[in-house]
Amino acid sequence: MKDFLEGSHAVAHAVKICKPGVISAYPITPQTHIVENLAEFVASGELKTEFINVESEHSAASVVLGSLAMGVRSYTASSSQGLLLMEEVLYNIAGLRLPLVITCANRAVSAPLSIWNDQQDSEALRDAGVIQLYVENIQEAVDLHLFAFRLAEDPRVLLPVMVCMDGFVLTHAYEAVDIPEESEVDSFLPPLELREKLDTENPLSMGIVSDARFYMETRYAIQETMKEAIVIMPELKKDFIQITGRNLNVFFESYKLEEAQKVIICRGSVSGTVKEVVDEMRDEGHKVGALKLISYRPFPTEELYRALKNIPLIGVLDRAISLGSSGPMYTEFKALFQGKEGTPKISGFIGGLGQRDITKKHVREMFEKLDGEEITCEFINLNVEYLMGARKYT
Amino acid sequence: MSISQDYTDYIAWDRLPHMWCPGCGNGIALKGLALALAKQGIPRHKVLMATGIGCSGRAGSYVSFHSFDGTHGRTIAFCTGINVAQPDLKIVAFLGDGDCGAIGGNHLLHAARRNNDLTVLEINNFTYGMTGGQFSPTTPAHSFSSTSKHGKVDYGMDMCYLVAEAGANYVASTTVYHTAQLNKFINEAISTRGFSFVEIASPCPTYYGRHNNLRSAPEMMEWFKERALPKEKYDELTIEEKQKYIMRGRLVQRDREDFLTMYMNELNNE
Repeated sequence: MKDFLEGSHAVAHAVKICKPGVISAYPITPQTHIVENLAEFVASGELKTEFINVESEHSAASVVLGSLAMGVRSYTASSSQGLLLMEEVLYNIAGLRLPLVITCANRAVSAPLSIWNDQQDSEALRDAGVIQLYVENIQEAVDLHLFAFRLAEDPRVLLPVMVCMDGFVLTHAYEAVDIPEESEVDSFLPPLELREKLDTENPLSMGIVSDARFYMETRYAIQETMKEAIVIMPELKKDFIQITGRNLNVFFESYKLEEAQKVIICRGSVSGTVKEVVDEMRDEGHKVGALKLISYRPFPTEELYRALKNIPLIGVLDRAISLGSSGPMYTEFKALFQGKEGTPKISGFIGGLGQRDITKKHVREMFEKLDGEEITCEFINLNVEYLMGARKYT
Repeated sequence: MSISQDYTDYIAWDRLPHMWCPGCGNGIALKGLALALAKQGIPRHKVLMATGIGCSGRAGSYVSFHSFDGTHGRTIAFCTGINVAQPDLKIVAFLGDGDCGAIGGNHLLHAARRNNDLTVLEINNFTYGMTGGQFSPTTPAHSFSSTSKHGKVDYGMDMCYLVAEAGANYVASTTVYHTAQLNKFINEAISTRGFSFVEIASPCPTYYGRHNNLRSAPEMMEWFKERALPKEKYDELTIEEKQKYIMRGRLVQRDREDFLTMYMNELNNE
């Protein structure tokens, strides 16, 4: 049955039916509606969980670190500054192989202070050992949250999974979404059974110091698991489709890639705009397509290569920037084709920082620019008049 | 720059109207600060307002002197840096209860312990207003908020006693209803050398009030009028009773050496 829900509330519903034992969070816009709605479920008795509103995001992440170490399913959510404050703890959670599910309501990072949407915050967590999945719309947010719990808690994975959804654009928008029945979720998501956890009957030490003889192996193990996750994710996806009867993309979504000469690669809610432009341009006879990346970590290299190897012109639209280099996704795709036959011409665009508009006009311009020389890092929809004393962008 | 005598000189009138809700107490506290600066004739270039995030964090936009906004919760920490780098600057941190007591609670304790020459005005509206009314560390037990729909299960934090015990030179508490006392306390705080702290209970009818049957600003002001007890009376209450009352009065006024003075003395003794 479909419900007309706000993005944040849809996520809260999805989390509710996964029945976490502990939820801990600290308010930050635009994440707050998610945990507020969960607090309502707890108050009304619909959700039996320990809900703890703590004194900072650092504490929120630490609370779920503790509850997960006890083997209890746990959930938290944050944005921007809050997520960055959690960073230290999230590295810890990944290193301890604890299956946290966390929502990132993507928001720009200050200074200057901006509560608006881009994807710089989750990009900063790229290397933490956290699986990152980006959603385009609210239904995908619901589905990928259910998938995230299953993936994180798979005994072969045991890594935190972060579901990234664009702040405001998705968290505060309404959409008719299908929330699965609790019984369906129960058959998809078995109760959490951690083999190694804090247990008074079987004492063990967790997270103690590891010297040069052992540390590197722990990182190697996470890297290997990330690679294995590429094999495991399609398996779990099959289960999901079987239970919900709904398709789910877990690596990426190919949109009109057949015979495409030009493709824009994008991530998150902007994909809707890109796809619409693709439709229009296809109607006009242009051979264009789009690829929406969902799984950023692990990065499904082989699968992406197979999908894109025949495309001569590619544009990558980043909604974050690795300052001093270029768009982080752009770098990934450049590396993906390095040394391979028939390397396409790949251009990089930066757009939508702090929720600057990316309209259909801008997407069309990007497609047009792919015909010209390869661009490394071009800001789209930049207002040169506002640069004031800063060096003029050339 | 000439010395100002009029409090209006400290307000950036061209930035008004402000974005605070009708019935918010931030403006009363801000005026209290402007009055104190005018009374002491502190030139505008010699005073800095540091803010955190949330509703009170917008105050920095409405003053005509220096203002600085860094990361959420770290205001007192970067004020410490500003203070040691520029000791002749009068620093006023204008913070909310969340910034001051929750995410930045650690910095509050240690700045008070070190006795850094700062004034912290804590605007206590008992809630996280900007993010939609979640409970904060000062929200009294059993209160309702958007994250405590069945009543808050932990006790509100007594920040004044905490800061006093930590070693501050000046600690006082009042409400925006008791304006004369408020103005006096702010004036005393900024003329104190060392760490000074004033807790200012302020109405948030939009969130705290709405959730707790105090839907209008006048109702909240009535609440302050009834529930703010002089320190002597407040001290007689049990912990449970204190959740229903606000303290008003001065806790500490002393002249311990501040951090920088002590630091320079230690250096000179070597």
